[in-house]
Amino acid sequence: MDLFDLAAANLVSPPILFFLLGLIAALVRSDLAIPEAVAKAISIYLVMAIGFKGGVEMAASPLVAAALAIAAGILLSAAMPFISFGALRATSRLPRVDAASIAAHYGSISIVTFIAASDAGAAMGLAAAGFMVAVAAAMEAPAIFSGLALAGRREGEGGGTMIREIAFNGSIVLLVGAFAIGWATGERGMAMVEPFFGDIFRGVLCLFLLDMGLVAGRGLRRSAGKLDWRVLVHGLHMPLIGAALGLGLAIPIGLDPGSAALLMTLAASASYIAVPAAMRLALPEADPSVSLTLSLGITFPFNLVLGIPLYFAAAQWALG
Amino acid sequence: MQTTLKKRLEIVIEAPVIDRLRRVLDDKGVSGYTIIPAVAGRGRHGRWNREGEISDTSRMLVLFAIIDPSELDDMLAAVYAVLSRQIGIVSVSDVQVVRDEHFRRTGKPA
Repeated sequence: MDLFDLAAANLVSPPILFFLLGLIAALVRSDLAIPEAVAKAISIYLVMAIGFKGGVEMAASPLVAAALAIAAGILLSAAMPFISFGALRATSRLPRVDAASIAAHYGSISIVTFIAASDAGAAMGLAAAGFMVAVAAAMEAPAIFSGLALAGRREGEGGGTMIREIAFNGSIVLLVGAFAIGWATGERGMAMVEPFFGDIFRGVLCLFLLDMGLVAGRGLRRSAGKLDWRVLVHGLHMPLIGAALGLGLAIPIGLDPGSAALLMTLAASASYIAVPAAMRLALPEADPSVSLTLSLGITFPFNLVLGIPLYFAAAQWALG
Repeated sequence: MQTTLKKRLEIVIEAPVIDRLRRVLDDKGVSGYTIIPAVAGRGRHGRWNREGEISDTSRMLVLFAIIDPSELDDMLAAVYAVLSRQIGIVSVSDVQVVRDEHFRRTGKPA
């Protein structure tokens, strides 16, 4: 399958089309809305399902390969903010604290992008190793500390509390916990819950991406015209830089094409849940609307629609 | 009915900081407080709306506490230490309460 076929297959898949529907609905100011509690429940289901399935597949994965992939993920998460910060300081007039905050977002990951990429990979017949779920969990936090270092801050007041809040963030606890349960129960466990975590997964993902489209569209509408184009462009070139670095690390550690594409996707994605909350505590002077617009309004749709097929095509070309 | 003069502290605060604020109030022995979500508003950074927010970052909360007038300066200094760099509004008003004993300082909650 060449890049064009991959992009076309991704674009006409129901999850992406529902995302685009949500985006368009928000941009034309439709009153379509998913109740907050429903969206929350769906996100819990998706994280639980992806964690559990990763754990089940982990049973068949070599531990050395898993450890190398996790180490590569941590390295990417810690290093990406320095690249993002350097690029922002060179190309925009953003204050240091805003650049550091945005940089932390780009080192960390978007779990929804990871879930969508896992689903797209499975649909293309390029399923990834189960340990990629653990890589996703490991990449959440290192970027936050890089961001603080770039802003010239030590952890300071409440540092211990912040570390605890990041480590025990609800998504991380659920992802790691479901992964452990899947690993412990293996195929026997999967057989017991297959209809819940398997059969309905893609339909629920469609519903969630519809909501994410609405969220991204509203964010774009609110911030239209408020951000400098040089900052907006950062939301498009950082995913490509991250994906290239991800591929550069995936090759020497011997990842298969599906897992390599997921490492690229993780490196290309930007956080819009854990890092924004941590930045409000650690760098309150940073303007949250700038970083959220970039990560949720620009990078997330880019990755979902164009980035994911591009990363799978590149991984297949380099490793297939 | 007998009423007693108290001070009502009203703090509009961004959601990620609420736990820090609660710790300050608990440490000061405030007898109680109530937190409710704010739906929408407008401030120095323009209009905001909690509709469709995926993280806590853009959510705002409102905390109410009723304290004795003699405790106000000490309380405001402690609250200011938390909120000085954050998005938020602090206001104080005079209120009359019934059952004065419900608003006396307590020990730090477990």
